[in-house]
Amino acid sequence: MTVRVQEADFDLNAELTALRAGDPRIGALASFVGLVRDINDGAGVSEMTLEHYPGMTEKALEAIVAEAKGRWDIYGALVIHRVGPLRPCDQIVLVAVTSAHRGEAFAACEFIMDHLKTRAPFWKRETTPEGARWVDARDSDDSAAARWIPTDS
Amino acid sequence: MSVRILYFAGLREALGKAGETIDLPAGIATIGALRDWLAADGRDKLASAKNLRCAVNQAMAGPEAPVRDGDEVAFFPPVTGG
Repeated sequence: MTVRVQEADFDLNAELTALRAGDPRIGALASFVGLVRDINDGAGVSEMTLEHYPGMTEKALEAIVAEAKGRWDIYGALVIHRVGPLRPCDQIVLVAVTSAHRGEAFAACEFIMDHLKTRAPFWKRETTPEGARWVDARDSDDSAAARWIPTDS
Repeated sequence: MSVRILYFAGLREALGKAGETIDLPAGIATIGALRDWLAADGRDKLASAKNLRCAVNQAMAGPEAPVRDGDEVAFFPPVTGG
């Protein structure tokens, strides 16, 4: 289980290859990559800066990964989140999970991503033609995380 | 009682500082009370900010969470990573 917060870009193939290297139990590797778009809320975005809370960020991501590991039978998990200045088409985040079968890998990967969006202390500031602005949180992110809460019904 | 306060993102910009160490008067026992005291002490944005989030010692905390001497308390807008 590895969590990294870094300014540098990451090599997707190298990261995924390393995550599954030498483990013949792994039958599935699910990954998600988040990318910078050039439009958000109707305005063009030329640049974005990601701020975070050093220390808490790592703790929050590690706690989310630990919850996923407790919930599904997964072997490995990797979260890389970039901070600092980013531009459209840049990679922002990688979540990757290995398991014996695809069901656990898909579910754990999505669970980690949904909770990262609502619990990990990152903030996006984007540059648009009208000036710089902080990105507002989306209600849809809260509902995406909430759907993982078990219900008795 | 001394606590370290941190501000992030738009709140940091609005207040013009990333953090401060404050000696609190007696009777400020919870995050909610701390926020009210800081707002009344001139940090207007802490009163007006919508959906303000808080962490105590780097874990998310609600307004009822206790504040103790030496704590690191952070206030920030809803997170927008990923």
